[in-house]
Amino acid sequence: MLTKRVIPCLDVRNGRVTKGVKFKNNVDLGDPVEMAVAYSDGGADELVFYDITASAERRPIDIGMVEAVAKAVRIPFAVGGGISCLADMERVILAGAEKISVNSLAVRNPQIISEGAVAFGRQCVVLGMDPVRSAKCPSGYEITTRGFREFTGIDAVEWAKRAADLGAGEIVVNSVDADGTRDGFELEITRLIAEAVNVPVVASGGAGKPEHLVTVFEQAKADAAIVAGMIHFGDYTIGQIKDVMHAAGVPTRMSY
Amino acid sequence: MLAIVDYKAGNLTSVRNAFAALGVEAVVTRDPEVIRAADRIVFPGVGAAKSAMENLRELGLEAAVREAAASGKPFLGICLGMQILFAHTEEDGGVDTLGILPGQVRLFPDVPGFKVPEIGWNQVRIKDGGAKDGLEYYFVHSYYAEVVPETVGFTEYAGVTFTAMVKKGNLWACQFHPEKSGRVGLELLKEWLAC
Repeated sequence: MLTKRVIPCLDVRNGRVTKGVKFKNNVDLGDPVEMAVAYSDGGADELVFYDITASAERRPIDIGMVEAVAKAVRIPFAVGGGISCLADMERVILAGAEKISVNSLAVRNPQIISEGAVAFGRQCVVLGMDPVRSAKCPSGYEITTRGFREFTGIDAVEWAKRAADLGAGEIVVNSVDADGTRDGFELEITRLIAEAVNVPVVASGGAGKPEHLVTVFEQAKADAAIVAGMIHFGDYTIGQIKDVMHAAGVPTRMSY
Repeated sequence: MLAIVDYKAGNLTSVRNAFAALGVEAVVTRDPEVIRAADRIVFPGVGAAKSAMENLRELGLEAAVREAAASGKPFLGICLGMQILFAHTEEDGGVDTLGILPGQVRLFPDVPGFKVPEIGWNQVRIKDGGAKDGLEYYFVHSYYAEVVPETVGFTEYAGVTFTAMVKKGNLWACQFHPEKSGRVGLELLKEWLAC
């Protein structure tokens, strides 16, 4: 049986993993490569790195870090942040990442999704989206960009469908409302998108305890879930999360 | 010398990195003579079957790959590199492939609750059982190879039981990505390096 994936998210700022809430109060957590190895050994099914300052500083993503991670771990990983064109995507793929995550760029230029899918295969192109609750959109959720700073007026469910049609191989739904709260994933928008598209959906934002993952897999039909603060600050290990998932009957990779 | 066949079918960094982690420096090559001279051949592949077959021909690699697969030298097909060892695929409107293994490659049926491509870690059941029976490996694919007499590893998805792994003498091939399957994937590569 295909297992539900647990994916640690590492926000990288100036070569160090940091964690903040809604892009504020960043705390230094450690070296990206050392953390990648520790999480991989600990049972992570995949990793995602966001070079969170690359876009703001208008510089390309840190390729040296991508290469170092690719040499050190034997599980798939995605990289986002600082991708502005197809050539940037290619550099990340050649450096050894499995997937490239595009977010604000795809809102500005949706064709980048199809260009990436044609060039590298759709499994390599991940659409990240940051929806927020909003009465302005039919689904009740609006897409924000640039780290929640800009409202686009785009309906989150419509955008997910369009991105999947353009060739996105996977969609990460990062709820702005739940991000950093550790009160659990936003089930409604995750389920709306999981039911609207035929590509895997990754729930993101709000994970605080292992039961939150069980709930998002069972009730919101997510295929994978992102965890950050709950493991970065040592509250839980990935092994503990997986033990709870396994005990609850969620298909879980236990042979790591 | 271990040669990784580069026929413009995806990125080979992960495969090379995985062998490097086992202390083996692989040569990534498009040269048929390097493939002929190699002691071990890895035949990876990501992408579409039709362009893969065209690239093999345009680069003049088809004969060298066929010889290597038939030579009795250790040979390892991965993902699309496994699928095109079979006789035929439904992909791209139907493509005749290398035919080193009998059987067909088909598109997963449209079954509610099963997304295509299958992306993620799925269990592989081993024909003869043993310690490796039931371990999970990392898969990314929309098409699957049917079960054939050479199938030694089986996986289920979308109501189908398909070939996760085949062995024909020293020719091994797997649908999953051992280079991206963590510790269990590295152990499989190590086992192949010992055959």
